[in-house]
Amino acid sequence: MRSFALVAIGGAAGTLSRHGIAEALDSDRLFPLSTFLVNVTGSFALGALLAVLLVRDHSAPANRLRLLLGAGFLGGYTTYSALAVETDTLLRGDHVVLGLTYAVGSVVAGVVAAYAGVAAGRAVAR
Amino acid sequence: MTTLLMALAGGLGAGTRWSLDAWLRPRVSPRLPWTTHLINITGSLLLGLIVGLGADDTWHTVLGTGFLGGYTTFSTASVESVHLALDGRHRAATVNAVGMLVLSVAAASLGYAAGRAL
Repeated sequence: MRSFALVAIGGAAGTLSRHGIAEALDSDRLFPLSTFLVNVTGSFALGALLAVLLVRDHSAPANRLRLLLGAGFLGGYTTYSALAVETDTLLRGDHVVLGLTYAVGSVVAGVVAAYAGVAAGRAVAR
Repeated sequence: MTTLLMALAGGLGAGTRWSLDAWLRPRVSPRLPWTTHLINITGSLLLGLIVGLGADDTWHTVLGTGFLGGYTTFSTASVESVHLALDGRHRAATVNAVGMLVLSVAAASLGYAAGRAL
């Protein structure tokens, strides 16, 4: 139950942050910039967080931070459902090139960002 | 008020994801992160359904941006692909990233079509 609460509190804060960024950025542009940005920055942050906390460190404080900030905040901050639906909307609206660029670009940038996060986290934790 | 409900729903969505993950992960093959696949595909299907049903702004914000935004996760998917690659399993990393994208977009499309048909 306490683990659930930590994840839920982090998730609520992450959702609010994502929403705030969407409110600030999304106007009438076709490209879903805010989802792209939260997903890429969130991937970097999760890679760094897990590397700093060392994935195999099972101490209680490390575990609580993983729940609150990793599964909670960054899980709530980033979103896959919006990526999928926004891609589908672009493809259905005959914006095929933009839709594919958005979808593939998000996944590639996310993996690169996560890798950079892991490298940065390892450098810091050393 | 809508923003508060959205945040609560996001917390609940994140908690649901964590609970499902904790329950399912020991029960499936560890070769690929299947639980993240299941979570992101089902969440994409449901968000497509909500959009297809033409839900008003409040429902879309609370259930879509809130619950399903909190339930699905992009950061874990990215990091899991990187961890596969760092373990030398480059093909699995690619299959993981591409497979999740294709299946989630297909699920969103299916959900949207179902929502429109209802």
